[in-house]
Amino acid sequence: MAADLPPDLGDSVVVLTVQGLDELVTRLSALGYEVKGPTRGESAIVPGSVKSSDDLPRGVHDVQSPGSYRIVHNDDDEELFGWAVGPESWKKEYFPSSQVMWRGEVVGDTVVFRQPDRSHTPLAIVGARPCEVVALRILDRVLEEGVHRDARYSDRRDSSFIAVVECASPADTCFCASMQSGPGIDQGFDVALTELNDEHGHRFIARSGSPRGADVLSSVPTRPANELDLEARTLLLETASRAMSRSLPYGEVANLLARNVDHPRWTEVAERCLSCGNCTSVCPTCFCSDVHDTTDVGGAIERRRTWSSCFDLEHSYLHGGSVHESSASRYRQWMTHKLSTWWDQFDSTGCVGCGRCIVWCPVGIDITEEVAAIAARDEVRVGVPSRRGAS
Amino acid sequence: MSTAMKDLVEAHPFMTSMNEESIELVSGCARNVVFAPGSLLCAEGGDADTFYLLRRGQVSISAHVPGRGSVVIETVGAGDVVGWSWLVPPYRWTFDARAMDAVGCIAIDGACLRVKALTNPSLGFALLSKVSMTLLERLQATRMRLLDLYGDHRVK
Amino acid sequence: MSSDRTLLMRPSPAARESLSALTPILHRVVERIGETNDITTLALEPLEPPSMNFRCGQFNMLSALGVGEIAISMSSAPHERMLRHSIRDVGAVSHALCQSSVGDLVGVRGPFGSDWRVESARGDVDQRDTVVVAGGIGLAPLRGAVEELVRDTQRGGGRIFILVGAREPSQIVFRADLESWKARGAKVSLTVDLATSEWDGRVGLVTTLLADAGFDATNSRAMLCGPEVMMRFTARALIDLGMDPEGILVSLERNMQCGVGWCGHCQLGPLLLCRDGPVVPYAGLVSQLLTQRER
Repeated sequence: MAADLPPDLGDSVVVLTVQGLDELVTRLSALGYEVKGPTRGESAIVPGSVKSSDDLPRGVHDVQSPGSYRIVHNDDDEELFGWAVGPESWKKEYFPSSQVMWRGEVVGDTVVFRQPDRSHTPLAIVGARPCEVVALRILDRVLEEGVHRDARYSDRRDSSFIAVVECASPADTCFCASMQSGPGIDQGFDVALTELNDEHGHRFIARSGSPRGADVLSSVPTRPANELDLEARTLLLETASRAMSRSLPYGEVANLLARNVDHPRWTEVAERCLSCGNCTSVCPTCFCSDVHDTTDVGGAIERRRTWSSCFDLEHSYLHGGSVHESSASRYRQWMTHKLSTWWDQFDSTGCVGCGRCIVWCPVGIDITEEVAAIAARDEVRVGVPSRRGAS
Repeated sequence: MSTAMKDLVEAHPFMTSMNEESIELVSGCARNVVFAPGSLLCAEGGDADTFYLLRRGQVSISAHVPGRGSVVIETVGAGDVVGWSWLVPPYRWTFDARAMDAVGCIAIDGACLRVKALTNPSLGFALLSKVSMTLLERLQATRMRLLDLYGDHRVK
Repeated sequence: MSSDRTLLMRPSPAARESLSALTPILHRVVERIGETNDITTLALEPLEPPSMNFRCGQFNMLSALGVGEIAISMSSAPHERMLRHSIRDVGAVSHALCQSSVGDLVGVRGPFGSDWRVESARGDVDQRDTVVVAGGIGLAPLRGAVEELVRDTQRGGGRIFILVGAREPSQIVFRADLESWKARGAKVSLTVDLATSEWDGRVGLVTTLLADAGFDATNSRAMLCGPEVMMRFTARALIDLGMDPEGILVSLERNMQCGVGWCGHCQLGPLLLCRDGPVVPYAGLVSQLLTQRER
């Protein structure tokens, strides 16, 4: 995503201090938001309640590689956002891993359905990553911009306030720059922050992306950003982009996979893939769910929706057996969906380059490496028209 | 050989794309026959001496199974052929073929046709190609039915 | 693609239509017909009007309350003014539905998905011949379409050829309808895989009915429903006879859990079958997808 600011942003770019960030958190709480952000968990950066900048992971860095994640702490570091992404995305705040769709009670000779109360405390996220904001927009297309809308998902998306923090410390597994979803971000947030910590001090460049973002920013102490601030941001994002060693061919991958459904690599990767579904449970865009009905002893019925994974054998079950029975078939379903058929279905990519699937794969399967392996032996089939992907 | 017989033979789908000479040779071994409903075109174990080109009516291919009676394996109709046991030793019918209604067909003498095919390789190849095509179609359909697609395949 | 700038523009709430797509509407079983030993037809009426508007070939999510929900195509035509579903007892939910009695409640969500496009693209009666090929319970999703086609022949629509394959004679569904369609001008041909001694009809694969059915493949369309292998085999045979693949419609089945495009289970490559199907043309893409080895 473009690191340069659009010229029309003009003097709406401001700078706030760490104390200013604290006031922003306080202001959001005062407005009735439940403020959450990245916090330091026992061994990972995890979403948690944020009352002030002290709750943010100050001095924490993450070291990520295929099949490996750890955090290190440096007391001398002041940075609050000197890390890339934790295992959990913000998806679950809008699309919970298990959710009651309705309850039914037998009343007389009929059944009365009740949907769970739609009231909720609005959420404010301080410290979402650009890739996560793009992931939410991708989910929007699935859950509310198709023929049918998931009203409770929309409720939570509409009411929530997102303060995104641009990425200065991509992990070894990140490839958002190639997926056009980071390390900077132009839209899709209420407030965008860029953390700077140089000889001019520890501070945040702040931009608003919505009227309510502008309102909140105007209520906390800021100063206008100067040339030095803006140049520092540009340099920071360029450095972050360059630091990413992994990439995917954003414009070509959809067609590449579409014409290589019979590639030998699918069987090769299946020899390593455990079909555990870790990649799908950490993915910020995976949306597959199971729908189950249960009945209690009193006869009350509950329908629940829970996350599921295309690596489950039951995912493609059709009376008698599963369509995707082998690991190769299931891995191919997952990867071609993310990178290719998602375009057909929802007119966007299904991957934002956060790298979680690489990190949390117990055997370290790397989606970028798999695409490269397929591209290296690209079997262009004559007569199969290109029909998918970016144009 | 009458011209009428040659016309009948030529009109049958089995003879499509066969050349004039082949049609004439086949017609020389052919006669026009009619089977009443229920009568047998051939019977299991009998000498396979005829190749039938069906012109109208339906014929059932069946086997007698003790306790189940006559079990129909397949039915064939106008445009189809019945019998290829005349082509390969020991020239014996494996199944019954029974007229389900009034059946009109061209009956070709198997021994006559074999001799002509031997002495005229061009006819022999054309004949074998046609029989192979029919065999392949029937085999594929049989394999498809072996899948028991309409059966109940849920895990018990 | 749309640019990421567009992707990042969140539309305002007012621009979107609100819909409670996951709550069933209660229907009562008003008639129950045992079609075969394992296929049951339920006629359903909503507890409160209005009745559902749907198109032939679409499906509903039917709830056996407290047991679960499955996708079942409508087997009636809208003009019959009665919602009917024919269900084969193959799992826990279908078993519970098949066991329901007149007066029982069934949850219904729908209608979902695409239809058989009985009317021509211009919205009037299609004058081409229509070849309807059904295997087993596959006649159920086609039943409403045949009713509409039979009605249309009286308004200048093309001829109708109904070819039905079943495992054995006792598994042929809608016998009375087949007689009625025949009486109203449709040509009906039946064949079975396994014949009993009482059966005096044809024995063999459903494709063996194609050759002498009497339609002009180059000026007709087809609607196929049955096991996927049977549809592939039939579609290829029709194409060999000269039919345009775009004119061959098939009704596909995958695991469907939500019906509204959210659950991801019914994917067939680029298609979400609850949204883009179940009825799709057997043209290039679908024929490729159906022959792609998935195991």
